[in-house]
Amino acid sequence: MSPRLRWRKFVSGFMLAMTGVCALVAVSVLFFILGYLVYHGGTSINWSFFTKLPTPVGETGGGMANAIVGSAKLLLAASLLGVPIGFLGAIYLAEFSGSKVAFVVRYAADLLNGVPSIVIGIFAYSLVVLPFKHFSTLAGGFALGLMMVPITLRSTEEFLLAVPRALREAAMALGASKWKTIVTVIVPAAYRGILTAVLLAFARVAGETAPLLFTAFGNRYWSPGWNQPTASLPVMIFTYAVAPYEDWHRQAWAAGLVLLGLILVINIVARAILARGIAVPRA
Amino acid sequence: MAATTSVPSASPISGSRSFVRRLREGDEVARLITFLFAVSVVLVTLLLIFALWQGSALARHKFGLQFFFTRVWDPIAEQFGALPFIYGTLMTATVSLVIAVPLGIGAAIFLAELAPARLSDALEFFIDLLAAVPSVIYGLLGVFIVVPLMRDYVQPGLKATLGFLPLFSGPAYGVGFLTAGIVLAIMVIPYIISVSREVLMSVPRDQREAALGLGSTRWESTWKVVVPFARTGIMGSIFLALARALGETMAVTMVIGNTPTISASLFSPGYTIAAVIANEFTEATGDLYLQALVELGLVLFLLTFLLNGLARLLIVITSQRGSGTAHA
Repeated sequence: MSPRLRWRKFVSGFMLAMTGVCALVAVSVLFFILGYLVYHGGTSINWSFFTKLPTPVGETGGGMANAIVGSAKLLLAASLLGVPIGFLGAIYLAEFSGSKVAFVVRYAADLLNGVPSIVIGIFAYSLVVLPFKHFSTLAGGFALGLMMVPITLRSTEEFLLAVPRALREAAMALGASKWKTIVTVIVPAAYRGILTAVLLAFARVAGETAPLLFTAFGNRYWSPGWNQPTASLPVMIFTYAVAPYEDWHRQAWAAGLVLLGLILVINIVARAILARGIAVPRA
Repeated sequence: MAATTSVPSASPISGSRSFVRRLREGDEVARLITFLFAVSVVLVTLLLIFALWQGSALARHKFGLQFFFTRVWDPIAEQFGALPFIYGTLMTATVSLVIAVPLGIGAAIFLAELAPARLSDALEFFIDLLAAVPSVIYGLLGVFIVVPLMRDYVQPGLKATLGFLPLFSGPAYGVGFLTAGIVLAIMVIPYIISVSREVLMSVPRDQREAALGLGSTRWESTWKVVVPFARTGIMGSIFLALARALGETMAVTMVIGNTPTISASLFSPGYTIAAVIANEFTEATGDLYLQALVELGLVLFLLTFLLNGLARLLIVITSQRGSGTAHA
């Protein structure tokens, strides 16, 4: 082996090892995040975190019950807006539309997907908060729902298009009308994929903070109904983390652990649903 | 696939009859309803652009192009200039890319070229989970872990070794451009890895085999043949990451220090477009103040819009080229 070749082999081995180090560093970040959250959050979580309201400034104790309920309500409102639009829009794109309309809708969805979440917040503010003149759960739900639309739409469409042609043709040959084919054959065949898409969209907006800052705002108390400002977990983490109180920091860690746990579990479940065998065999 | 193509060779008469039949069977109704939902996506997007444009009209007229070159941000005197925020946004995004690009591409090379398929898929699963971690969680760790680490160890260390550069001078606060850039880098690395890995995996096998057959080492075939082949797509992933970094709000807001300064030092506290909107939007008193913030939102929107468009274009070009030659 000439020295030149030996040098080349050394460079090759060294650089390839470095790429391995890069991958290791990137993946280990996830475990650092989880480790810190479990370490700091785990010791701060207790029963009153889930059941009590925040205490006044300066008093220790209390919990984030109102933020947990607030987040649930925001996500419910978001899903009621985002899922139907994404799902039905995707059915139109995959089953009915011509290529020109489909191109425009896909383009708009991709554009919407790329809009920074803080800008979505400004939009929801000018569209929902300004006319009603106050912050509300509805406005926050609108902002989050808007963010769910493009994710649901694009992935649902992809899964619908993956349903083999033979299935459609079989249903048509039996005399089923187009929408009957869609409802009884195509959507059931793609339901795993669609469910995954919806869950991932849900998990994505569950942790969004920026669009809630000036739509749902925040609240130290319960927020009855849909028309008042409400607390939410992500916003609470933000306000508690940047505040100067030791006890608030403790609760921010606890809230972070709860939020991240929820999001990771939804992500893993969504992927497990998909990996368990796509109900649609490739034609 | 249009609905009409499912009725083969229909004469004009049977065509109109089949329209009535389709209506009775519900096809036209379903088509109309789903159409309305699909079109609402387009309408909402247009409305968003209109709202940003309309909502910043006052500020746009008052300041004009001067808005982008003014350093003063004084809500009391109603003087608004975007320069410190634009500077901060670009500065943090640059720092993040300097860190994230080599790390991300290195990891993508490992996943696409070296790792066995099962390991690669498993690591990709963790990378996907990492991409799902919300911004505010990164901010939380940034405030309590990264900032003290920067203040007590990294910044004094950099100052001792590279302090002669203006980039690494000034007092070590912990918060600032460098810290925000590092947190941003951690956040965008998953995007670079996922997209680059896919692009690298779409490079046809013959390219690698040809390079190895000519006697190149494994690294030479990767670095001189496979990576250049996927270059456009990798650029796409970088633009995608850049767009994310520019629009990222919470994590940056929590670690950048929130002071509108323009300083060559990376240790200096700063401010970004997204962070100033997040902090001041609810406190903005007076129309002009609010509209200046909306105009900042408009700027951010246009920036990310351009970058995302460019990124998509580059990724599509590469993956088409890859599959095109694979079939040839």
